[in-house]
Amino acid sequence: MIRLEHINKTFSDKSGLIHAVRDVTLRVRPGEIYGIIGHSGAGKSTLVRCVNLLERPTSGQVWVDGVELTALRAGELRKARKKIGMIFQQFNLMAGRTVFQNVAIGLQYSGLSRAHIRERVERLLSFVELEGKANVYPSQLSGGQKQRVAVARALANEPRVLLCDEATSALDPQTTQSILSLLQKLNRELNITIVVITHEMSVIKKICQRVAVIEHGAIAEENEVLGLFANPRQQVTKDFLYTTSSLSGVYPLVREDSPVVRLKPGEVLLLMRYGTTQVCQPLVSRMSKQFDLEINILFGDLEIIEGAPMGGTAAIFHGTPENIKSALKFLEAEHITVEVIRDARMA
Amino acid sequence: MREWLELWFPNVMVRLPEFYKAIRDTLTMFSVAGAFVFVLGLALGVLLTVTRRDGILRNAVIFQALDKAINVFRSIPFIILLTLLLPLTRFIVGTAIGVRGAIVPLVIGTVPFFSRQVEAALANIDGGVIEAAQSLGMSSLGIIFRVYLWEGIPMLARAATITAISLIGSTAMAGAVGAGGLGDFAIKYGHNRFMVDVTWVTVAALVLLVCAVQIVGSLIARATTH
Ligand SMILES: Nc1ncnc2c1ncn2[C@@H]1O[C@H](COP(=O)(O)OP(=O)(O)OP(=O)(O)O)[C@@H](O)[C@H]1O
Ligand SMILES: [Mg+2]
Repeated sequence: MIRLEHINKTFSDKSGLIHAVRDVTLRVRPGEIYGIIGHSGAGKSTLVRCVNLLERPTSGQVWVDGVELTALRAGELRKARKKIGMIFQQFNLMAGRTVFQNVAIGLQYSGLSRAHIRERVERLLSFVELEGKANVYPSQLSGGQKQRVAVARALANEPRVLLCDEATSALDPQTTQSILSLLQKLNRELNITIVVITHEMSVIKKICQRVAVIEHGAIAEENEVLGLFANPRQQVTKDFLYTTSSLSGVYPLVREDSPVVRLKPGEVLLLMRYGTTQVCQPLVSRMSKQFDLEINILFGDLEIIEGAPMGGTAAIFHGTPENIKSALKFLEAEHITVEVIRDARMA
Repeated sequence: MREWLELWFPNVMVRLPEFYKAIRDTLTMFSVAGAFVFVLGLALGVLLTVTRRDGILRNAVIFQALDKAINVFRSIPFIILLTLLLPLTRFIVGTAIGVRGAIVPLVIGTVPFFSRQVEAALANIDGGVIEAAQSLGMSSLGIIFRVYLWEGIPMLARAATITAISLIGSTAMAGAVGAGGLGDFAIKYGHNRFMVDVTWVTVAALVLLVCAVQIVGSLIARATTH
C-alpha cells in the first residue's frame, strides 16, 4: 500500500546539514496498522510527512496505492493527497469554522452537491461519535473531540490510507484509548491502512501489527509487534519496551543498589522474557524443582498483545553454580530471552 | 441651541456649508483611498506570506523584491511622499490637487503599512492548519482564500482598523498641501487665521471618525473570533 524506497531527507540550517531521514526503505501492507516509534528528534515526523510529500525527500521514491507520488506533478499530487488522510498531534483544526465546516472543507469544489456533502459529513460525524456537535466551534471541544473532528475531516475524501503523527500525544490516557479504538474501528470497518507515529510503546502495543523502530533517521529494526516484544534486537528497542513494562522497575533498583537486589555469594539476578507459548507454563516452579533452586521473584509482568500473552519475570536464583548453569541452558532451550542483570557467582 | 453654537463656534457657524463639504471631502478621500489600500495591501500581504521561506508558494525573488520595496516606501515620511509623487499623481488622475489628487499619495503611502499589518496578521495562523489543508489536497489558491483569509479575519479586522485610523491622519495631512477636507479647513482658518474654534471642531470631527472606525473594527473582530 505504501512503499518507501531509499528515502533520504536532509535539511540545511545555520549549523550545517541535518540528516533527518537516512536511507529508509519500508513497505506497509494493505489493511494493516503500521507503527513507527522513535525518540524525539529521531525523524518520525519528517518520515511520515514524506509519505504525502508535505516534505519532499531529498532522494528516494514514494509509492502509495501503486502510484509513484514522487513522479507526480503538482495537480496530480493534490488529487493523490485526497486519498491519503492525515491527523496531527495538535489537531490543526480551523478555529474560524464550525465542526461541520471543518469536516466539509476538503469536499468543497469536489463536484459533490450540497446535499451530498451534508449527508457525508453527517455520516462521518456519527462515525466518530460526534453527532450533535456539527455547529459547534473547535474552541468549545475537548482534545479528544477535536481529534475526532480531525479524523472525520481526514476521512472526508474516503482515503485508502491514514497517517497519524503523534495523534494521541496531547491526550490523557483514557482519551488516548478512545482515539486508538476509533483508529482500530476505521481500520476494520473501512479497511483503511494506517501508519501510526508515536514515541509510546503502549500505542504500538495496543493497535499495531508491525512496527519500525527509528533512531537517528534510520530504521534500527522492523518486526511484527509480537516478535519485537519477544525478541528485541536493538538497545533502543529494549529501552522502549522497558518503558511499558513493570519489569523495568528492576533497573533503578540495581542502580540505587537497593537491598532488594543485593545478592548473596552464588546468586544471580535474571530478567526473563517469554514469548507467546511459554508464558503459560509454570516455568519457575519447574526449574525450582528440577534444578533444586530457590527462586525469589522480584517482578512479574504479563500483557496481552494482539490477543496473545507476553510476559517476563525478574528473579534472584539461588543454588549451586552447576544447577544455575543448567537452569540457564534450560531457559535457552525454551527460547526464553534471558538477561543477567547481576551475577554474584564469581564472588 | 443655535445661539449657543454661534456663541462658542462663531467662525464655524458662518462657514457651515464649507465645513460640511470638508467633512464630505475627507470621507471621500478616506473611503476611496481606503478601498484601494484594502485590496492592494491584502494582495501584497498575502503575497509576502506565501512567497516567504516557509510559504506555500516559496519564491525568494518575489519576496525579496516586495520586502525591500515596502521597507523603502515605509521609510519615506508621508509629507515628503506627497511632493515626491506629484508628477505621478498628475499622470494617473490628471491633477495633483484636490480630493482626486490626494488619492494616489494616500494609497501609495498607506499600502506598505497595511501590507506589513496583513503579513503580521497572517503570520499568526498556525502552520499546522496550513499543513492540514495541504494534506487534504487543497490548491494554493484554495488555501489562500479558504484558510489564510478566512482564519485571519479577526486579526485582519484589527489590522484594517489600525490602518484606517492612520489613513484618517494622513487624509488630514494631505489637506495641508491643498487636498481639501478637514485638514485643509483647519489649516486655512484655524491655523492661518487664528480661529481656534475651527481647530477644535475639526479635531472633534476627526476624533469621532476615528472612534467610529475603532468601534466597527472591534465589533467585527469580536464577532469573528470563535
Ligand atoms: N524544517 C526543518 N528544518 C531544519 N531541520 C528540521 C526541520 N524539520 C525537522 N528538522 C530536524 O530534523 C530532525 C528530525 O525531526 P522530526 O520532527 O522528524 O523528529 P520527530 O521524530 O518527529 O521528533 P518529535 O518526537 O519531537 O516530534 C530534528 O533534528 C529536527 O531538528
Ligand atoms: Mg514529530
